[in-house]
Amino acid sequence: MQRRNSRWLIGAGLFTVGALTLTACGSGSGFSDNAANTDGELTSDSSQGLNILIGSSGDAETASVNAAVAAWSKTSGTDAKVSVASDLNQQLAQGFAAQKPADVFYLSTDALAGYASNGSLLAYGNDLANKDDFYPSLVSSFTYDGDFYCAPKDFSTLQLIINTDLWAQAGLTDADIPTTWDGLATVSKTLTTGTQVGLAVGGEYARLGAFMAEAGGSLMNADGTEATANSAENVAGLEYAQTLLNDGVMSYASDIGAGWGGEAFGKQLSAMTIEGNWITGAMQNDFPDVKYTVAELPAGPEGKGTLQFTNCWGIAADSPNQAAALDLVEHLTSKDAQITFSKEFGPMPSIMSAAEDWKSANPTLVPFLNGADYAKGVPNVQGSADVVSDLNAQLESLKTGDPQAILDSVQKNLEALVK
Amino acid sequence: MSTPVRTSRRSSIRGGETASGWLFTAPMIVLLGMFLVVPVLMALWVSFSDWNGRGSPFSSTVSFVGVDNYSALLGGGGLAEQDFGTALRNNAWYVLLVVPIQTMLSLFLAVLVNRQILRGRGFFRTAFYFPSVTSSVAITVLWLFLFSSTGAVNKLLAFIGINGPNWFNDPSGVLHNILGVFGVENGPAALTGNSFLGISFWEWLAGPSVAMSAFILMAVFTTSGTFMLLFIAALQNLSGDVVEAAVMDGANGWQRFWRVTLPQLRPTLFTVLTLGLIGAWQVFDQIYTGTQGGPGKTTLTPAYLSYQSAFTNQAWGQGAAIAFILFVIIVVFTLFQRWVLAERKVSARRMRPYLQSPTSGGFK
Repeated sequence: MQRRNSRWLIGAGLFTVGALTLTACGSGSGFSDNAANTDGELTSDSSQGLNILIGSSGDAETASVNAAVAAWSKTSGTDAKVSVASDLNQQLAQGFAAQKPADVFYLSTDALAGYASNGSLLAYGNDLANKDDFYPSLVSSFTYDGDFYCAPKDFSTLQLIINTDLWAQAGLTDADIPTTWDGLATVSKTLTTGTQVGLAVGGEYARLGAFMAEAGGSLMNADGTEATANSAENVAGLEYAQTLLNDGVMSYASDIGAGWGGEAFGKQLSAMTIEGNWITGAMQNDFPDVKYTVAELPAGPEGKGTLQFTNCWGIAADSPNQAAALDLVEHLTSKDAQITFSKEFGPMPSIMSAAEDWKSANPTLVPFLNGADYAKGVPNVQGSADVVSDLNAQLESLKTGDPQAILDSVQKNLEALVK
Repeated sequence: MSTPVRTSRRSSIRGGETASGWLFTAPMIVLLGMFLVVPVLMALWVSFSDWNGRGSPFSSTVSFVGVDNYSALLGGGGLAEQDFGTALRNNAWYVLLVVPIQTMLSLFLAVLVNRQILRGRGFFRTAFYFPSVTSSVAITVLWLFLFSSTGAVNKLLAFIGINGPNWFNDPSGVLHNILGVFGVENGPAALTGNSFLGISFWEWLAGPSVAMSAFILMAVFTTSGTFMLLFIAALQNLSGDVVEAAVMDGANGWQRFWRVTLPQLRPTLFTVLTLGLIGAWQVFDQIYTGTQGGPGKTTLTPAYLSYQSAFTNQAWGQGAAIAFILFVIIVVFTLFQRWVLAERKVSARRMRPYLQSPTSGGFK
């Protein structure tokens, strides 16, 4: 018995030592709790270079960001290194847990609340020299608990993409471009043939939500303080989408063998789709022969509406050189840098002063930027990503589902987040 | 009792061996402790804490929250409970189908390629084993292509006049679909009205979705080869004389397999079932590379949900709690099948033919 006990003691001792060592390692930095100094001075340890972590869409974007950062590095004299994340969420989370995060990184709207609430992010929005130049709706997407956290990097809106050849073949002209829900239903019907469907969309909130916006609804109010998911407007939006689906003039991209709306459109499985300005890159690379035009989405009962998507440049609260990071972000969101980005890989500038330049450089894509005036953001409260993915799951069977019941469940889930 | 042990340890010339023993095992103990035991205990702590992913889980700002994370999953009434219930439902069906099918198939293949008269046994063994050595990510990608709505599988089905489903985009449950053929679209109120872990009993009985069925086929395809190898090894260890004795007793092939060969494979069967259960409950790679839980959350599994809660939603406590509930489930299942496969005394009914009284069996 004695022997056994002593073994246990040795084991327990070893274990305790191990655990203590790890604990010591984990909290080794000592000053872990004072990093979120939003009111105080920014850290400015200029001996430290900046690490920038991006989730890139491809080589063009990586090269473009690299060039912009290198140019800033040269003028400012601060080292800066851009890394491309293979799984941005995971790499960010690891950095925050280790308290050695990247200094500057891409951050999506749905990840903002999680990182802001645990103090990982520096709320530097009000320190930006160009903060009044950002579109107000983008600023509200990156505002959490009243603090403007991070500078919008760029944004996109959803609009209607039309295949011009199929449009002409069906005997339609520019005058037929739909401006109302009835108009959209009519042209979709005209364009639906044996081999193609009129309109193909991704079967998810990030596309169908545009119909809800056109009907005047949104999942949450503008401040993100109240759930408004099961409003009559939202129900009307989904019911309209359901009618189009059941009439056979609109299909989910996945139901006709495409991964997303752009693929269905490019393969000419559909004559129209609802996508954002990212579709231009895909069309150019994968389907260069398909001719298309962009029109604003038709107005619903409550006027025009669409959804907008955006990312921001997050700065870590644990960054040793926040001052330089802020300077870099100001540089990357400046008019010149954003116009260059949009030339090189196509995003829309997040600042109003660049709008005219962008419109004259991209005359065919103007409807996307026009959407900024009436677009609505997606919910950004903590946990909303889960609610949206649950909604997406239910939208997959919208054809046979009950819009009211679907939205009631979303309402219940969102209310649980804001109470 | 303790005294002799102590004296023997002091006086023995082998006393020094204990120290050397510890010395030689120390590197492994330190490594295992560092990378296995301590992280597991850290995760256990996280599952009882409100750690939110920033800094060390042992820092002073992190506090103990009791079973909050567990109760949110097991009875919170919110989305977390519903998602967890859905993930368990999906994975339970996956296990229920994958484990028996892969065990039977691998045993069948093993018996087949173990036969002496089969020509080109080496070729077949390699062919059956091949999927097991290919990376699961590569196979998942292959599967996504094969089972796309216009993929090879649907082309093949169309060839024999079947309009194949849109595999990885079809969230409908297989059992519900079968019931639908007989006109049962909605379950009885007793099933739809009552729920467990946030989803109704009718949904529990939905069966694996069409998308999950494709993953089930894939799991059977990839793992049968590995287990076939285990069964071959076991079959080759069996001595021929027992089977010969059975032949002499007049047992036919079927009886020899069920009554003679299979009982001798019991230890291997236990290994295969245990490994199969563990692998099937922990399914992650396929979901991560393939569907990310879609369509309609019908391929969500606890392992993937745990990852998602922690890394994308910053709900680290809940993510860790899911992992530990999964651990408990696996242990319970393993204990259960250990009990089922345990060696027991032959039942009285089976023994009866052998327990003839000496007189009645006497002279014939």
